[in-house]
Amino acid sequence: MSNIKYILGHFEDPDDLMHGIDKLQENSVSIYDVYTPMPIHGIEDKLGIKRSRLGKVAFGFGLTGTITAISMITYMLVIDWPMNIGGKPHFAFPDFIPIMFELTVLFAAFGMVGTYFFVNHMAPGRAPRVMDLRASNDRFVIAIDARTNTSHDQIDNILKEAGAVEIKHNERKYVSYE
Amino acid sequence: MSSHHESILREPLVTGENITYSKVTEDILVPVENKPNKAWWIGFIVSALGAGLWVFSVSWTFWFGIGEWGLNKTVGWAWDITGFVWWVGIGHAGTLISAVLLLFRQNWRNSINRSAEAMTIFAVICAATYIISHMGRPWLFTWALPLPNQFGSLWVNFNSPLVWDVFAISTYFSVSLVFWYTGLLPDIATIRDRAVGTRRRVYSILSFGWNGSVKTWQRFELVSLILAGVSTPLVLSVHTIVSMDFATSLVPGWHTTIFPPYFVAGAIFSGFAMVQTLLLITRKVMNFENYITMFHIESMNKIIILTGSIVGVAYLTELFIAWYSGVEYEQYAFLNRVSGPYWWAYWIMMTCNVISPQLFWFKKIRTSIALSWILSIVVNIGMWFERFVIIVTSLHRDYLPSSWVMFYPSWVDVGVFIGSIGVFFTLFLLFLRVLPAIAMAEVKLLLKSSSDQAKRKLIAEKAVDSGEAEYYLESLEKYDSISPKVAEYQKV
Repeated sequence: MSNIKYILGHFEDPDDLMHGIDKLQENSVSIYDVYTPMPIHGIEDKLGIKRSRLGKVAFGFGLTGTITAISMITYMLVIDWPMNIGGKPHFAFPDFIPIMFELTVLFAAFGMVGTYFFVNHMAPGRAPRVMDLRASNDRFVIAIDARTNTSHDQIDNILKEAGAVEIKHNERKYVSYE
Repeated sequence: MSSHHESILREPLVTGENITYSKVTEDILVPVENKPNKAWWIGFIVSALGAGLWVFSVSWTFWFGIGEWGLNKTVGWAWDITGFVWWVGIGHAGTLISAVLLLFRQNWRNSINRSAEAMTIFAVICAATYIISHMGRPWLFTWALPLPNQFGSLWVNFNSPLVWDVFAISTYFSVSLVFWYTGLLPDIATIRDRAVGTRRRVYSILSFGWNGSVKTWQRFELVSLILAGVSTPLVLSVHTIVSMDFATSLVPGWHTTIFPPYFVAGAIFSGFAMVQTLLLITRKVMNFENYITMFHIESMNKIIILTGSIVGVAYLTELFIAWYSGVEYEQYAFLNRVSGPYWWAYWIMMTCNVISPQLFWFKKIRTSIALSWILSIVVNIGMWFERFVIIVTSLHRDYLPSSWVMFYPSWVDVGVFIGSIGVFFTLFLLFLRVLPAIAMAEVKLLLKSSSDQAKRKLIAEKAVDSGEAEYYLESLEKYDSISPKVAEYQKV
């Protein structure tokens, strides 16, 4: 048993990468993940990745913001300290709309981005889990778990035929740890 | 998919030969990964001196109070609020480019959004400093926030547009910052993976551990889209609310329902002018000509002429409505603007904002870098005068002729204003040094579909109509700085 943990197929072109994914899937090789320097459109469908639910998260946070704003303003201006401003109603709803809107946006944006960082395990100072340093520059990298896909030579050949410019057999999962 | 080709008739968004993914990285990171050149140092020293002047003038204001400004009992708002509105307006173009153009799928935004967003953030910082310093007792700024206090609690008045403005500006600033920083993460990761030693550690912290996996990118794109979706109404609301600071008052000249759309158009107008001012220099000094092309410059000029014309219509509408309303105070306010003691400010505004941008109808002018730059400065000057005209000429002759005065700025006013420009440029120049000024990941997206190189390949493969190909090459030669070698392709 070799010590190889991951096989990385490097591609120079996103179309070749897509082709590579197709070929691997045809041969029932499971793909661990794909690392790219830019978003590749259509790759989620290929890899069977579900639609992100962050939109719903944003909506939920936005609604929280709206409710926070209206309850805060109503409490302060209507319940806690009603002020007579020219005999106008205390609950001056149209005047509350701008701040309701602002807090909706504020909560939606921060809530969604916070959730995004949370689900992706991103935080300042978090050690980057990078399998190949060029994946953020000019290489499109397919990572294959070498333990579960044992026919390494076959995988190498598939990748090569699909147009991989470099194939790496890594004994460490993340190269970014020093 | 990335291999989709777009029409050959569309101008390329990335020019130059042999542009590969790694060349994009190399080109854009030159200023970040190398020692700054002389031009940068000169600019930085001058800006830092300006920022120093700002610190001095603002400290002076804090110490002695706003009596040190040229304000008097009639003109209670002058250069401070002029400067505030000017900076907020400038900030708007960044959000427009990053959010509105994203929603409209305008791919040309990809290479200018990063620096435009940075500009937004720095401009809003400048605007916010005006707000704090015009408070007189800035340490009491918390009184503008609905915080429990010892007076009751006496809450802020949520019916007041000034309170709306506190919420609008702070939401705008923080959401813009989040939008900008989220977009920066993949590019910071690129710098991190190329760097060694301390640099690597610093960028590693800043990168939040970005790794570019499929799921990260998928969510990233959705987050960008939704942030764009919420930022678009946000940016409109911000300047609407800024304009309501004036419009909901009863001062003739301010009490106008046209203010919200007029201010928003003016904001986009001045913002694009500032983007133009900055980018025309940045692309030259940083050698970004292949990424910020003549097409980008021309597109921005087109937006300047559109918004400039909207602003022009708004000016004329104001005059018409003042006459048509039959209210003599309103009529006098506008007559005084056009022909009163501040007539020169009004006509500088008219000339710079309405008349000179019309020159952009000529393609020759629209595609001239020098003229675009000069006109962008002219627009910035004009937009500063617009705010000055609205604020000072409406105030200086109020209902009581015995209190009619003129406004004369003191050196502190001038110091704060020039200083704020210094602060802005200091921040912008630092940004150019430490972060990529062009969104690398987004430019890489364009490489296979919208680059000149990809289009040349199509022509060489005879995949496109020859008439269309000829049109493409001709328009490149005619208007862009790059040489397309038409002759070489005529054989094809």
